Amino acid sequence: MTANRTRTSQPRRHEPLGLAIATDQMSHPRLRRWGIHLALALVCVVIGFPIIYAALIATQNNAEIFAFQLRPGDSLLPHFDLVWNRRGLAGFMWNSTVQAVAVTVGKIVLSLLAGLAFVYFRFRGKWLIFMFVLITLMMPTEVMILALFTTVSDLGWGDTYTALIVPFIASATAVFVFRQHFANLPESLVESAQIDGASPFQFLFRILIPLSWNVIGAVIVIQFVYAWNMYLWPLLIIRDSDRQVVQVALQSLQQAGELTTYGPLMLAAVLASVPPVLVFLLLQRPFMSGFAIGADK
Amino acid sequence: MLIGIAIALGAIAGLLGGRTSQGPAARHGTILGWAVPALLGGIGALAAVLLLDGCAWLPDSEGTQTVLGTGIAMVAGWGLARIGAYLLGDRRDSPLGGDTYTATFRLGWWWPVLLLGPTLVILALFLYGPALETFALSTQLVRLGAPRSVPVCLSHVSELLTPSPARLVGLPLAAVALMALLRLWKTHTSPVGFVGQSARLVQPLGALALLTALYYVFAAGPAGYRSIYFNTVVISVGTVLLSMVLGLAIANLAFKKVRGITVYRTLLIWPYAISPPVAGILFAMILDPLAGVTAHVFDLFGLDFPNYRSDPTLARTAIVVSSTWKVLGFNILFYLAGLQTVRRDLLEAAAIDGATPWQRFRYMALPALGPITFFLLITNLTYVFFDIYGTIEYMTAGAPAGATSVSIYEIIRVGVGTGDLGRGAAQSVLLFVAVIALTVWQFRRSRSSVAYGGAA
Repeated sequence: MTANRTRTSQPRRHEPLGLAIATDQMSHPRLRRWGIHLALALVCVVIGFPIIYAALIATQNNAEIFAFQLRPGDSLLPHFDLVWNRRGLAGFMWNSTVQAVAVTVGKIVLSLLAGLAFVYFRFRGKWLIFMFVLITLMMPTEVMILALFTTVSDLGWGDTYTALIVPFIASATAVFVFRQHFANLPESLVESAQIDGASPFQFLFRILIPLSWNVIGAVIVIQFVYAWNMYLWPLLIIRDSDRQVVQVALQSLQQAGELTTYGPLMLAAVLASVPPVLVFLLLQRPFMSGFAIGADK
Repeated sequence: MLIGIAIALGAIAGLLGGRTSQGPAARHGTILGWAVPALLGGIGALAAVLLLDGCAWLPDSEGTQTVLGTGIAMVAGWGLARIGAYLLGDRRDSPLGGDTYTATFRLGWWWPVLLLGPTLVILALFLYGPALETFALSTQLVRLGAPRSVPVCLSHVSELLTPSPARLVGLPLAAVALMALLRLWKTHTSPVGFVGQSARLVQPLGALALLTALYYVFAAGPAGYRSIYFNTVVISVGTVLLSMVLGLAIANLAFKKVRGITVYRTLLIWPYAISPPVAGILFAMILDPLAGVTAHVFDLFGLDFPNYRSDPTLARTAIVVSSTWKVLGFNILFYLAGLQTVRRDLLEAAAIDGATPWQRFRYMALPALGPITFFLLITNLTYVFFDIYGTIEYMTAGAPAGATSVSIYEIIRVGVGTGDLGRGAAQSVLLFVAVIALTVWQFRRSRSSVAYGGAA
């Protein structure tokens, strides 16, 4: 009903923008719309297939997997008990949570403070200091990971959460994003804050942060996903398996069994993906709008 | 003697780097404008020579090491002159720095120190420190966990490269010259007409020539870097091409206004949050020669599904497919954002004027997406350079016979696996140079675009 009215009153809305090639040729609008729905659904299924398939395998025992059974088996609970309790996935997930939350929160706090300094303070050498931060954009950790490993080991941080968190709580990307965002806010904000005699921290908490939720949301998604998905660094620096993060711990599941244990491994892989996907889903509105703004140049 | 030549070349490089419109040349007299960059270039080159302790220029040094050392001296001279030009010149015009003209708090000097301190300390300790340490390690024979080290000059780098100095200098220079020529041809022809069209068509040949030249710059054989370079290029190019073409096509589809489009978009983008190792695990399952679904489907048709781990081409393809899946969501997201900037009214006007959908896409939407495409090219490349480690580890672990070992994988294999920290660091330096080159290229191409996604 609603769709019908929309179509008759505003026909242009449903006109092709000319960006699709095949569907444009079909003259009937309803047919074309169904075509688009079909194509989109198909692409969504293809993209989702690896995880759907993994979820299916997670419920099956090896006999069912080798028999190419399409319906779910009933091994989900035993698999869950195996990976979550006996192989300690719960602990690894907790380690990853601590690390990812700490890195994300640390990055946001430090970058907000740095953004505040770069936009709302005047000091000597600001340009040089900004360059100092910006140049690190071309210094990915992985390039210098061997030297970082020796540095952090020399500090005596091997095998600690500190090694997983502290080196990563400063971020040129986040500083740059907050600086750009603050610089685009109206100047009258800081002027009135000064007239009211607000301190920089009051200004930050009462005015800047409430105006920055979209950007903060986008940064949370990027940094949480980045921190949770870290693999190479924990692989190198954490030797004690009790403190390992989940991405690396999956390896022990792959190699643990005497038999190849497809089901438990797939279950663990799916479980390990739940937190970052959840963060993405919960914050997708600010995330997407943050990207649209950022890329709109 | 050789050192003198290196310093002279450094001074010349300083002239090239320091004589910009913003530099001392623009502000002071001509002689000063020439002298300052040249002097700074010479000082930079001298500093590089002193840092290396002159080891690359000894009479019995290998030719390649002398060439490398001189190259480093020239880069140091160029960089110092460039920094000098910025410091002496008018910085407010600089696209990166510059002050933001907002009203500011007028409080004590300790405020900015307090606010910026933590960030700066961490960047200095854990990014700048290790970066310098990487260069230092690459000139030493040092084992993981062993306190003693022996200086080996630039031999860790030079053993990865061709032993012929002429080839080392000549091939890249030839490629760069070809690129410059093609570019000149493009800028001096009009875009319409046969000549201009062909000038634009052959433009990518320059990049291809550079990639090929580098292939021959790296030494063949087990100690050389040629095979690793080849794997990295093949897997990078494959992933980037596939994920960008698919990303654009799917973004086009998801740009339609139909009901529930936001749900579709979520379902298209979410693999962005999946980790590279998990992507590897999922595709290892799908492609498993015994239990995987592809093997079963092949079975149904009476075909034999080969083990992708034992065939170099198949193994690389498998890596490309899984990393494409992993980065696709990111590309769809950005192309969707980019399509929103294409002017709808112009597209509709063109449609009324009778432009076909393909024409509208090719000549209106695609050019508008240029900056996004370039941004994605760089971010996808950094993905393939670094994050792919986890995918490779779970899918092939570099098998068969190192055919899927890319640069980052090899760095860890050499530096940690065999414990040869110095050689691993030397490979890191090569990757570092590639990343710096890409970033500089990115900044020059699009100075205004926001670097949003990266992992740093």
